Amino acid sequence: MLAKNLFALNAEIALRRPAILVTDLAAGAQRLVRRDEAGRDQLAGVLEQSFQSGASGVVTVDGAQLFIHVHLPCVRLVIVGAVHIAQVLAPMARLAGLEVAVVDPRTAFASPERFPEVDLIAQWPQDALPALRLDRRTAVVLLTHDPRIDDPGLVAALDADCFYIGALGSKKTHAKRIERLRAAGIGPAALARIHAPVGIDIGALTPPEIAVSILAELIAAQGRKALRAEEAA
Amino acid sequence: MTTADDAILLEAENWVRSGRRAALATVVETWGSAPRPVGSRILVDDQGHFLGSVSGGCVEADVISAALDAVETGKPRLLEFGVADETAWRVGLSCGGKIKVYVERIDGC
Repeated sequence: MLAKNLFALNAEIALRRPAILVTDLAAGAQRLVRRDEAGRDQLAGVLEQSFQSGASGVVTVDGAQLFIHVHLPCVRLVIVGAVHIAQVLAPMARLAGLEVAVVDPRTAFASPERFPEVDLIAQWPQDALPALRLDRRTAVVLLTHDPRIDDPGLVAALDADCFYIGALGSKKTHAKRIERLRAAGIGPAALARIHAPVGIDIGALTPPEIAVSILAELIAAQGRKALRAEEAA
Repeated sequence: MTTADDAILLEAENWVRSGRRAALATVVETWGSAPRPVGSRILVDDQGHFLGSVSGGCVEADVISAALDAVETGKPRLLEFGVADETAWRVGLSCGGKIKVYVERIDGC
């Protein structure tokens, strides 16, 4: 690999922009294709499809074996609410390979002592989230129970079409939340995208158990692999 | 991509910028129950220090050895490991999987 390709690829990754590295496995020739360059590339069809699917693999073009290595932005989790569950969920999500940020305007909660080694932002979601540039490779989980903090985060996550949006609270709490958001003009399709009560139903009681159920639901929402039940059907 | 995959590329850049000679090995194809997905990488320097994994431990030794060769010669190589191959047992890829790994030096700065 040429160092200049490596540096350019890292620059795209830092900006959360997708890129593909194309390598001729026999000749060793290699080039980097940025997302906005794919359309006019000689391999436009293959590259567009690869950007869509996110799947890397070997293709044969004119007798040459090319490795199409897709680099999508790292999956990221933004947690709104520096609460007890967040203290467990943040390190668990990092172990699972996610980039994690925690947002909470209450500085007593959002303290570095409670959240070592986490990107911690002690601001209101409406102030913090624009700079984080939420996208489809981002999951947002709302954990404060306080509509003044949770709701702006929820609206931003829906606007950005985040792949997973979860909100803590009972069915009753969620019904009230739905009422508020509907009154604020959010449509039914968007409201149906909110996972609430948050997490898969495993009878979780403690904060670590709830964190496991949230992380499991988030992983499933990526749909990278057919579930065993789907394969059997 | 995960943060771990991204971290390997960032570290590769650090190594190259600080003058360390290094090679990257990448899983390009898998069949059966291969332990690491396509795109997984391992970064190796000319002293044999490495980061990342291409198989969860089974074939790392052979890949690292090929990477050391690549650092010296500059020639990329495509390695194949699988159950059909006697060496697969020897190097430990006994999980029934088969993988192809592309090994290349990082050139120029």
